Amino acid sequence: MTQNSASKLINGDALHRTKQDKKAGGNGFVKNHCLFQQKRHRRPAEKSHHASCTSLYKKPFVESFEETPLLVAVLTYMGYGILTIFGYLRDFLRDWKFEKCHLAREREEQKDFVPLYQDFENFYTRNLYMRIRDNWNRPICSVPGAKMDLLERVTPDYNWTFEHTGNVLKDVINMGSYNYLGFAENTGTCADAASECTVKYGVGVSSTRQEIGNLDKHEELEILVARFLGVESSMAFGMGFATNSMNIPALTGKGCLILSDELNHASLVLGARLSGSTIRVFKHNNMQSLEKLLRDAIVHGQPRTHRPWKKILILVEGIYSMEGSIVRLPEVIALKKKYKAYLYLDEAHSIGALGPRGRGVVDYFGLDPSDVDIMMGTFTKSFGAAGGYIGGKKELIDYLRLHSHSTVYATSMSPPIIQQIITSMKCIMGEDGSTLGQERLCQLSENTTYFRRRLHEMGFIIYGNNDSPVVPLMLYMPAKIGAFGREMLKRNIGTVVVGFPATPIIESRARFCVSAAHTREMLDKALNAISEVGDLLQLKYSRKNRHGNEGSDSFSFLESHQD
Amino acid sequence: MNIDRESSESEAPAYHLILEGILILWIIRLLFSKTYKLQERSDLTEKEKEELIEEWQPEPLVPLVSKDHPSLNYDVVTGPPSHKIIVNGKECVNFASFNFLGLLESERVKLKALSSLKKYGVGTCGPRGFYGTFDVHLELEERLAKFMRTEEAIIYSYGFATIASAIPAYSKRGDIIFVDEAACFSIQKGLQASRSFIKYFKHNDMEDLERLLKEQEIEDQKNPRKAKVIRRFIVIEGLYINTADLCPLPELVKLKYKYKVRIFLEESMSFGVLGEHGRGVTEHFGVNIDDIDLISANMENALASIGGFCCGRSFVIDHQRLSGQGYCFSASLPPMLAAAAIEALNIMEEDPGLFRVLRDKCKHVHKALQGTPGLKVVGEPLAPALHLQLENSSGSRTDDLKLLRAIVDYVRYNNRSEAKGRKRCGRKKCTSNRDNHTLKRIVKQNPFKNVGEIHKEWTVAGVSASRTTTHRRMQDMGFSCRIPCVKPLLNNRQHQKRLASKRTGLLLSGPKLCSLMKVNFAFPLEIRVPESGGREERHTIHVA
Repeated sequence: MTQNSASKLINGDALHRTKQDKKAGGNGFVKNHCLFQQKRHRRPAEKSHHASCTSLYKKPFVESFEETPLLVAVLTYMGYGILTIFGYLRDFLRDWKFEKCHLAREREEQKDFVPLYQDFENFYTRNLYMRIRDNWNRPICSVPGAKMDLLERVTPDYNWTFEHTGNVLKDVINMGSYNYLGFAENTGTCADAASECTVKYGVGVSSTRQEIGNLDKHEELEILVARFLGVESSMAFGMGFATNSMNIPALTGKGCLILSDELNHASLVLGARLSGSTIRVFKHNNMQSLEKLLRDAIVHGQPRTHRPWKKILILVEGIYSMEGSIVRLPEVIALKKKYKAYLYLDEAHSIGALGPRGRGVVDYFGLDPSDVDIMMGTFTKSFGAAGGYIGGKKELIDYLRLHSHSTVYATSMSPPIIQQIITSMKCIMGEDGSTLGQERLCQLSENTTYFRRRLHEMGFIIYGNNDSPVVPLMLYMPAKIGAFGREMLKRNIGTVVVGFPATPIIESRARFCVSAAHTREMLDKALNAISEVGDLLQLKYSRKNRHGNEGSDSFSFLESHQD
Repeated sequence: MNIDRESSESEAPAYHLILEGILILWIIRLLFSKTYKLQERSDLTEKEKEELIEEWQPEPLVPLVSKDHPSLNYDVVTGPPSHKIIVNGKECVNFASFNFLGLLESERVKLKALSSLKKYGVGTCGPRGFYGTFDVHLELEERLAKFMRTEEAIIYSYGFATIASAIPAYSKRGDIIFVDEAACFSIQKGLQASRSFIKYFKHNDMEDLERLLKEQEIEDQKNPRKAKVIRRFIVIEGLYINTADLCPLPELVKLKYKYKVRIFLEESMSFGVLGEHGRGVTEHFGVNIDDIDLISANMENALASIGGFCCGRSFVIDHQRLSGQGYCFSASLPPMLAAAAIEALNIMEEDPGLFRVLRDKCKHVHKALQGTPGLKVVGEPLAPALHLQLENSSGSRTDDLKLLRAIVDYVRYNNRSEAKGRKRCGRKKCTSNRDNHTLKRIVKQNPFKNVGEIHKEWTVAGVSASRTTTHRRMQDMGFSCRIPCVKPLLNNRQHQKRLASKRTGLLLSGPKLCSLMKVNFAFPLEIRVPESGGREERHTIHVA
């Protein structure tokens, strides 16, 4: 059904396309101006995306976001309502000194200053977050590998303060760390190389890249990263967050337009804001929305003055860390080429975790890295280190070397961290002479498929792409956030639970990060525990056919509207 | 209508009736007709749109960089950045790292980092909230709080991000921040991210600050209800990285209580340097640390690790654990670096003599450098980063840079030392004398062009200056010219806003860039740098 004029053009240029459209029908323009047209009349209750049989995707691209059941949504809102009412009640009691307030207070001398926080700012923290605070910031005292040791904490005053009992919870299965390839280790080649490097170089650098902090290690790393990514040149920075927030301002400025996915990470948002460009947001992974914005932007130009935009930059992430979805990169690149925009791809989670060779989302789709103008990523996750990089054309990197804020003003990366990245990256590339890297990549994708399939069969609502190692499991109700985290810890499994404001208010979720270090036994143990807790908390919301094939309600993205 | 009729009795009523009838019909039409559009939109056809899209050509992603830019190829340091350093294959004495206490090459620190590496591995694989909090992080926070004698401390994984995240955690849109003009770059980024109203006061000029505070007070009296919710902050540095000056902290504290403003103090250069125990500028002046609302510093200079921290009262600091963007959304500090920082703190606590040695050395170098012909030393004698300025600038930034660069190459060649200097403070000149000559020629060719046209020609000739600069240069040369009429796009208020932001921009490209530009110079006199031996000898003094 997709073999028509529209689908043929995707790989061709835009000019060609217009001509074909002209032939197709006199005023076919009105409907056919978009490169990607989704079927409008899709089932509202199901947000499952299939794009299996198009020329852009070489393999099935299955992403599902099952609709929130209505009853659950209503109950969730009620839950928040009740919590808010109780919050007000408690605040009232605290005001009248019926209840002791544990919050830190302003100094007596500064009581007449303008209050540092507005009251409502802290309402959420005080009355909602404080109830389930024990699920976050759990201190760990071992490698954040497949299993970890947690310090036991108790709270004498309902989470206002914590005390360490001195006991250690041993061998908690770690489903929370972004240790996709299992390189968070304290033994093995990486750790050995890092410790050698520590002995030789020490831990700090105490200078910036442009001054005296440009070690031979930095140069080595950058050459390796460029080779790994398949780009001309690259540059590394000391912190992933800052890589985004300090380099986007160097690339765009006033008179430029940034098109940003609505679920982009805070660092991208901050970078875009700092750049001073106009920012427009498109719906998450929605190509129609992106294309509409692009068209409108070029046709109408800048607001008020109507001058053409200087340049348009599209900001997307490889894997979205809260949704588990993978960017529709082939479509984004097609759009980018058609509309001459630039593409900034943040591969914080996808680098190392996706693709047959672990080179991220570009590798996953089998695309050419040179189609992405700015390849950004972090070393924190798959490489088990810290920092971030930017890769791209030589001109881009040369420009950044001069103008990126972090080269002039921020301390350069610590040598042992660099060594860890170099060793782990070489391992993934197979340059260490072993097949360890390749084995880990296979293990990760196997684990991901298995874990996602089992959860789906159990009847949980899980979001995201079938190939993404980030697996969000929907909890919805605020009370279940805390309960899920605690129950899982009781069963010796560490998970991440997330609620508002990191997610939309009703879409609280638990998130699992599958790692290559997880063995089948660990996953089974975790899955059994999840199932058990799921029954206990009644989390198995899914109304989808659990064992049937999901492909039944697929539709094509390249469906034409000529009918 | 009745009145009408009465007043026009003498006229023919038929004529009137017709007129009134038409009038009524008109009103009815108006009532029932569709509201007309204020601005008739000219909807483009799809074809026109396609053409527009076809036509649009974006600017290149980045402008081309000339291959021989001096900063493009960084100096490569082979081996560790310690006391003796190999820059581009040549061994030099290191006068350029911020390694004030020489802890970078301390064996104790290295051993502690190694043992931590053995226990935890390298990375943390997660932000603090999601299994990225290690027991070493908690320990380091506790130790820092204890060292600084504050209630609480919070660590960030990157020094630059510390104050840049801390400021926007408190100051939001509509709040007011008073900042010293010479504030460092990460402060500037924090200010920009906060989107607050920024007021700059002259560098270390308390009268100017008081004037601004008074202005604000008068403003507040006009609208007391609004004034009750506007938070105000003074953001200053303890020891300015850009000028090597100390801030007048006691006066600032006085102003704080007088005008009820909170003080945020950035101490990256002074932490571990000033004061009897290295607690920074508060200890140096004997100011009660509780009087400062927030102190931030990085652990990359004196502590010779990576990362930064904020400390202060729990009431203030705890807020960052949910609102500090660089804290919440970034992976936490690798545990081995935290362990290294703990060990560095141990050394600092055990041996306060370190700070005295450093102070003496600073004073010594500061004194010794006085009277260098052509160069002057500016700033505090206690500052571990010494700033040298050219006494007489040639007037052109490039020439100055070249001169300084030549001096540095001389130094490196003679194997004396590696050092950095700073050129004159102030706004850089973006055109050279040669460029100005080109401009003169263009103007003389055809004196009847307007500024825009001349500017265009000038740009074609290879000069990147704004139109305003073109105009200014022409006026300097004694030419007058027409400015093409442009409808003002901004009203007065927007104009003010732009000016304020422009000012930030200038500051960024002005003194900051100059001072941090890597320019070096020679010491005509000998500086005795003892051969490496005991710890005290291994101090490197950052001469900036």
